[in-house]
Amino acid sequence: MLKLKNINTYYGKVHALKNVSLHLVAGEIVTLIGANGAGKTTILNTLSAITPAESGEILFEGNPIHNLPPDRLVRLGIAQVPEGRQVFKPLSVEDNLELGAYLRYRSREARGTIKKDLQDVYTLFPRLLERRKQLSGTLSGGEQQMLAIGRALMTSPRLLLLDEPSMGLAPLIVQEIFRVLDGLRRERGTTILLVEQNAKAALKLADRGYVLETGKVILEGTAANLLENKEVQRAYLGKDKKEIWER
Amino acid sequence: MQQIWDPTHECMLRGELEQLQLERLQATLNRVYKNVTCYRNKFNGAGIVPEDIRTLADLSRLPFTTKEDLRLNYPYGMFAVPLREVVRIHSSSGTTGKPTVVGYTRNDLQSWSNLVARFMTAAGVTHDDVVQIAFGYGMFTGAFGLHYGAETIGASVIPMSSGNTEKQLMIMQDYRTTTLVCTPSYAITLADRMERMGIDPKSLSLKVGLFGGEPWSEAMRKEIEARLLISATDNYGLSEIIGPGVAGECQQKCGMHLFEDAFIPEIIDPETCQPLPPGSVGELVLTALTKEAFPMIRYRTRDITSLDYSPCACGRTLVRMRKTMGRSDDMLIIKGVNVFPSQIEEVLFAIEGCEPHYQLVVERQGSMDVLEVRIEVTENIFFDEMKKQRAFLELVEKRIESMLGVGVTVKLVEPNSIPRHEGKAARVIDNRQI
Repeated sequence: MLKLKNINTYYGKVHALKNVSLHLVAGEIVTLIGANGAGKTTILNTLSAITPAESGEILFEGNPIHNLPPDRLVRLGIAQVPEGRQVFKPLSVEDNLELGAYLRYRSREARGTIKKDLQDVYTLFPRLLERRKQLSGTLSGGEQQMLAIGRALMTSPRLLLLDEPSMGLAPLIVQEIFRVLDGLRRERGTTILLVEQNAKAALKLADRGYVLETGKVILEGTAANLLENKEVQRAYLGKDKKEIWER
Repeated sequence: MQQIWDPTHECMLRGELEQLQLERLQATLNRVYKNVTCYRNKFNGAGIVPEDIRTLADLSRLPFTTKEDLRLNYPYGMFAVPLREVVRIHSSSGTTGKPTVVGYTRNDLQSWSNLVARFMTAAGVTHDDVVQIAFGYGMFTGAFGLHYGAETIGASVIPMSSGNTEKQLMIMQDYRTTTLVCTPSYAITLADRMERMGIDPKSLSLKVGLFGGEPWSEAMRKEIEARLLISATDNYGLSEIIGPGVAGECQQKCGMHLFEDAFIPEIIDPETCQPLPPGSVGELVLTALTKEAFPMIRYRTRDITSLDYSPCACGRTLVRMRKTMGRSDDMLIIKGVNVFPSQIEEVLFAIEGCEPHYQLVVERQGSMDVLEVRIEVTENIFFDEMKKQRAFLELVEKRIESMLGVGVTVKLVEPNSIPRHEGKAARVIDNRQI
């Protein structure tokens, strides 16, 4: 469904992604793990054309998309849930969700499906239905995260890019969000690219993963194999600390 | 119906496969450059950093890895993980005394098992089978590889190990073995012994044989199939890469499917070291893509073969490798054991007064390989007393046997009776018809 080949992205002179190649098969959950600054978020931002690639190739369902502007990507079915939720705080929950369908709003026939999609989001996150008239700035962190995911789902995406959905949230809320992601994949066949600090939770949910280090992919494999990989355990799963200390 | 163990990876479209290969290659290069000094030095020497490899074709810009590199980094220098992450160590014979050491992490053992399960499934093994493994267990990878592959499929494994032919046959009869794993020449030995003991192959439960460890011909396949009443398939591997599990035949028996999601094959001209176009005969070079403990970049296998990219009737899209046709070095395979003339030379040097004018003659007697070492007699090693002379020969035989792990006979020949080729003796005469 999605293929990246030799992506190089720069922030000014900083070479943030070095020859990154990766792929997603339709219906898969793939996770990117790595330390801060490894390039995980940059991959998502490059995909959604926020920080376009300097060189390389991105194919979405066989078509090159690396030169397209962000709004075209949303039309194609790629939606990003940004790091730190970024909901429109002065607007109500429902307004936020409807804004997610902004691109479809102008066509009359789409309006019916927008209503239906809104109901679907409320079914996924009943908490949002309870608070639909509330200003989103007054929501808790977990609720804002649900809203951000809901807003992305309102674009009816086929590929969902998620940046640190668990950041700063209580473990129970994280569990609930991950359960929803699992449901999306199973019930709707949504393909998900997930960036996570919480590598263990991400690898338990995902089918495959890529491990990044200083802008480079250093490991690729099934989530089960990565969980078993000692390098991953040491660096990202917090195991083995004692031995490192002693060395 | 034909079973495929891992259809996702064995039946990939070429484009998808190449994407996966590129991703894995780039990740592997980043990792070895970071973790293995030998590779970092090699790449630096060639003026290459991992980021320079942007396509699969760029692979040919990287330097080769040879058995000599493994020897120089003996024992653990080529490992890409700390030793405490390694759960298994195997080795194979080396060219000059020191063996080569390879390691596996837990993930490596798992992926190895699955690769072997692929070709065992392709050969017709299922979870209902009883698999008798008559490879020697020990430092060699053959027995353990097939053992794990069969267990992964869910078959019942009999870890019989090699030798003791009569007991092999007894177990084969009593335990109702359905699958035989051994060297092809041992399969013939078993057939011979059955004939002598009056065991009718129809009375056995055997149906599949997986033979490897040494090169064998189509004629041998026909003979084994006819005499043991089984379907006989070939598979290929070498411990430096992973052991068995690099490639294996399907029931079409028209070449061994090479597991390209895990290994990138190249064919080079052994003289110029340049890559050859698809279909050419040349030396096989392999790059391992999924190994954690012991990654290999462009390893020169020294095996001569060719690759066939045309589609196979079995449905697998993986390239097919022809049976190996020889070696690009002087290595001999005697009873499944790798033998280099240099090893024998070393033994002869070590024995005082023995000048290395020698010749190796390999014959196949019945189904067994026999290695004879001919040494030109000199004054130093000529004794008037028969007893002393015999003791000397026995000493040489014993030393060579303990070095190689296979028995040899040593014979003295007249001075200058070994023909010299531009001053150098023609070292090896291989009279085997295989």
